[in-house]
Amino acid sequence: MERRYIQCDRDKCTGCLICEFACSASKEGSFDLERSRIHVIQPTPSMIAVAVCQFCRNSPCIKACPRDALSRDEATHTLKLEKARCAGCGWCIEVCPFGAITLDESTKSVIMCDLCLDHPQPRCIEVCPQKALRLYVSKRKQSREPTGG
Amino acid sequence: MHSYWGKCLIIDLTAQKSEVRELPQSLLRNYLGGVGLGTRLLLEWAKPGTDALSPDNPLIFASSGLAGTMAPASGNHAVVTKSPLSGFVSDSVSSGHWSLSLKRAGYDAVVITGAASSPVYVFVDNEIVHFHKADHLIGQGSFQTAEAIRKHTGDDRVQVASIGPGGENMVRYACINDSYCRATRGGAGAVMGSKRLKAIAIRGTRAISAYDLRGVERASIDLYARAQAETASGHKNPRTPDNLLPINRLDALPTRNFQQSSFEQANITEEYLAANHLVKIIACPTCPAACEHLYQVVDGGPEVALDYESLAALGPLCGIDSVPAILKAVELCQFHGMDTVSTGNSIAWAMESFEKGLLTKEDTQGINLSFGNPEALVAIVESIGKRNGIGNLLAEGTKRASAKLGRGSERWAMHSKGLELAGYDPRTMKSRALRFAVGLEIQSNDCFHCGDEDIHSSSSTSLSNQEREDTAAVSNSLMICGLIHSCFSDFLSEAAHLYTLATGIHISPAELKQAGERINNLKKTLNIREGWRRSDDWLPPRLFKDPITSGKAKGAVLSDKELQAMIEGYYQSRGWTIEGLIPTVKLKALGMDDILEMAKGSWHGASLHTV
Repeated sequence: MERRYIQCDRDKCTGCLICEFACSASKEGSFDLERSRIHVIQPTPSMIAVAVCQFCRNSPCIKACPRDALSRDEATHTLKLEKARCAGCGWCIEVCPFGAITLDESTKSVIMCDLCLDHPQPRCIEVCPQKALRLYVSKRKQSREPTGG
Repeated sequence: MHSYWGKCLIIDLTAQKSEVRELPQSLLRNYLGGVGLGTRLLLEWAKPGTDALSPDNPLIFASSGLAGTMAPASGNHAVVTKSPLSGFVSDSVSSGHWSLSLKRAGYDAVVITGAASSPVYVFVDNEIVHFHKADHLIGQGSFQTAEAIRKHTGDDRVQVASIGPGGENMVRYACINDSYCRATRGGAGAVMGSKRLKAIAIRGTRAISAYDLRGVERASIDLYARAQAETASGHKNPRTPDNLLPINRLDALPTRNFQQSSFEQANITEEYLAANHLVKIIACPTCPAACEHLYQVVDGGPEVALDYESLAALGPLCGIDSVPAILKAVELCQFHGMDTVSTGNSIAWAMESFEKGLLTKEDTQGINLSFGNPEALVAIVESIGKRNGIGNLLAEGTKRASAKLGRGSERWAMHSKGLELAGYDPRTMKSRALRFAVGLEIQSNDCFHCGDEDIHSSSSTSLSNQEREDTAAVSNSLMICGLIHSCFSDFLSEAAHLYTLATGIHISPAELKQAGERINNLKKTLNIREGWRRSDDWLPPRLFKDPITSGKAKGAVLSDKELQAMIEGYYQSRGWTIEGLIPTVKLKALGMDDILEMAKGSWHGASLHTV
């Protein structure tokens, strides 16, 4: 499958955090912004961006994991986490260029976006009142190797 | 308890200690949160007759049962304290990421008492409270302060509410800034300054539980959609500067310190601002409406948030039509942390005093303080923040400044109970006359809608003011921003439904309405305790004696008989005595027996009317 990821139009985004609330409600069953898969970054009030997994072609997170807990699901071009293997060491968090992976303090394993594959479309895109989020589909030909870059 | 924590953090700055106290569910249900909960805590924590700028005046931040959930525009908090301007309850409401962090740190409210011996800032890191020296932050604006604290704590997500130099210098209308959404009116920043508390930084990372999470989610998403549909249908946000022209056309735009009610040079539209100065439109947490417009005076300069009331106070009220000068003045108010409305009013009062010869160039350090002088406006805002020269007098607010200057200048000091009037002329907008005169809420979060108010008549205003105040109290206690009320088809029943879904505490729309009434009666009880008299519910003499000097409304004055009748009608609709006192049966009917107990014990009930 082609590479897809959530993209934010920074001009439209108002920083309302509704995507974070909806994501955590959908994934965790509580309003727990720490465990949202998408994070609004607002270093100054007028400078807003979101951090969410971009499913990089070269997947530095997969390469960095010392316990091989992360792999790529070729069918959906998303990341797979084998929770039993993850020790929460945080190497993937360190290397992620987008700051898109977070550590779940309670389970000591990492969490990242899975594009809500069990839904018609990602929950954050559905709820964004400003229509600032969309699913970007990469037109570039897919590399077979996760290490391809 | 769902959604609420049932916890209140008490911070004693004198001893530099903190403790957590329980908030019983009955209290939370009766007073909801925000303004209601804050006022209830103020009644408990402030001794009768406490001076607003003494260490004994508690500074209270209160969140609500809906904050931290998906409920639309619910991430707000109220700052409740005794106002250094009026000496009565000050209940300004702010919104933004700080409010959300407060809730996520695990508290429904924070009570700050005492005063530090040297500047400090408090860092609430979830359950841990740190006290840090803040000498290096003195003289800094809110953005610099937030940046320095984030650097110190090493976390970009730490949210900071701080005061600027205005608060440090105890300008009586200083405010507390957290990002752009400020607890602006009433002078809470001066109270914070008197405690030598530069900032409160919060890192809140907890999850908020909800009784029926999916229910809250569904109801909220439905409301977001309605808000979006309204925006799409061209419904303008009522807070925007776009209101200037309609209000000017209605002859209700206070001009040159209320000498006129329309401004001949009023030509500032949102289109003009958007084309020349707009940088970005941002939203508070969970708000689909996004009303905060950020402007820049010059490219690359600091960004300022501008709303109608700021524009009216620093523009037409001072006779200024230069947009860059107004934006610069707002920018300086933001840096110094001062309420734009009171700042504009104080300057307009000084301008009139200068034109009438009561203030000379000697008093103003050579500044030509005439109406319409943009350089003077900018220079005076700066001097107020620093309390330099004439700024030291104006930093006291119009009530105290005019009392000090005397010589008849009280006549054009445009305040009620010490709080300066916001941008609507009560001589032409009669409903505002009553609102300003009895004013139970210090900061109206709803704004003018053309057609919403029967603006020129005073009939039926008394009852509608009571209902409006009660709804506002519900809104400011549940912390649903008043600016998105229009997307609720029936506010009370939908808000009650949301509250029940979030907290699991069943409340009916009628009970919610009664909670609003209870909260307003509580505010009034506290004001009576603090020495409120019937004569305090009145407006400045200018509105009765000085007719509007030009425009369509030329010659209009307010009749004191008419206002008197409106006020009496209002007291009657509230079930108060003709003197504006609350009969004990009224408090009992509202289930406020605990307040009556407190009245007997600590303050002897002397000021309550016993019928």
